[in-house]
Amino acid sequence: MGQPNDAEFQKRVLRACLGLLEAESGPVLEDYLEDIPAGSAEYDFTGMSCPIDLHPVPSNDSELTNSLVQEIGQIAPWYELAVDQRKRTTVGISELDILDAARFLIDFIEDPSSPSPRPEMDVGPMLKHTCEDLKAFYSEAMSAQPGMSSSLAVENWLWNETVLGKVLWNFREEHVDDPDAYIGYLARRGLIPDRQIQSKGAPVF
Amino acid sequence: MARLEDIPEGEREMLKALALPSFDTAPFVKGKPLSQRRVSLLSTAALQKRTDKLFYRGEAGYRVIPGSTAPNDIIMAHGSVNFDRSGFQQDLNVCFPLERLHELVKEGFIGSVADFHYTVQGGLPPERNEGAARQIAGLMKREGVDTVLLVPI
Repeated sequence: MGQPNDAEFQKRVLRACLGLLEAESGPVLEDYLEDIPAGSAEYDFTGMSCPIDLHPVPSNDSELTNSLVQEIGQIAPWYELAVDQRKRTTVGISELDILDAARFLIDFIEDPSSPSPRPEMDVGPMLKHTCEDLKAFYSEAMSAQPGMSSSLAVENWLWNETVLGKVLWNFREEHVDDPDAYIGYLARRGLIPDRQIQSKGAPVF
Repeated sequence: MARLEDIPEGEREMLKALALPSFDTAPFVKGKPLSQRRVSLLSTAALQKRTDKLFYRGEAGYRVIPGSTAPNDIIMAHGSVNFDRSGFQQDLNVCFPLERLHELVKEGFIGSVADFHYTVQGGLPPERNEGAARQIAGLMKREGVDTVLLVPI
């Protein structure tokens, strides 16, 4: 529906779409030829680094898990800025505080028998919602920064430059064949976008 | 406009391999002028109120979004990770253009906006949504809706 925060663009799309209903005969199938303005969807972000001073991605999992909470703390001011600017957030599907979400993910990675923090929800769906909240938290925070309006820039940053990205890549590798059907599917198909998987040359299931 | 060549290769090949449905008839009904129409939104993005039961993977049900719902009370529970959520995160109108519809009412472009809107979870075989579609259609008729803006994800 056009691009974010461009009401006029969005209304042009809507007028064109609804206007099809005034055709004299049909069905009607028409292309909408207006594209999102050049410059907001550039694809080459090779080497782009995060302006936030994150800790270097550690090389072993123990440090990795400990670093996630620190990373969230460093990103939090941008997230709060984003929420303040937009007056809304899409984080919250897990119903966990974001640090509790991170701790649950870490707990599961360190001990897959860790219980769900919400007894009424199984571990698999809880992990899915937890991961979606963490990704949304990072994405909302980073997209509030100047020069980070491209969704692909944010996505590349998240999956290639952050501790969270590394944690989730590791999750995928370790649980692709998980005996729990939900967790196995989550690792294979429900965590990382296909284009990120393909860009690393990893198998898409 | 979304173009096939802009879609990641895996998704593109999947879409190209989908069978195109055929239809025995091609019904077309010319309705009221736009300026007299009452419009409701139907999203396939598995949007829902924070307090709703979460869509689960493969669910073919629907959720109701009252027009009075604050944007911050709308979340997305779609299971797919292969569509970009950043637009939704920055501006709900990208996939649920309720504010834009109200602006079109003020302009006189459309007549009115419904009090209730609906969401389903796309990505399922469409026939699985038939039950939800029939229920939603009945609810819309009761509200006097004569135009549905389907916003696919």
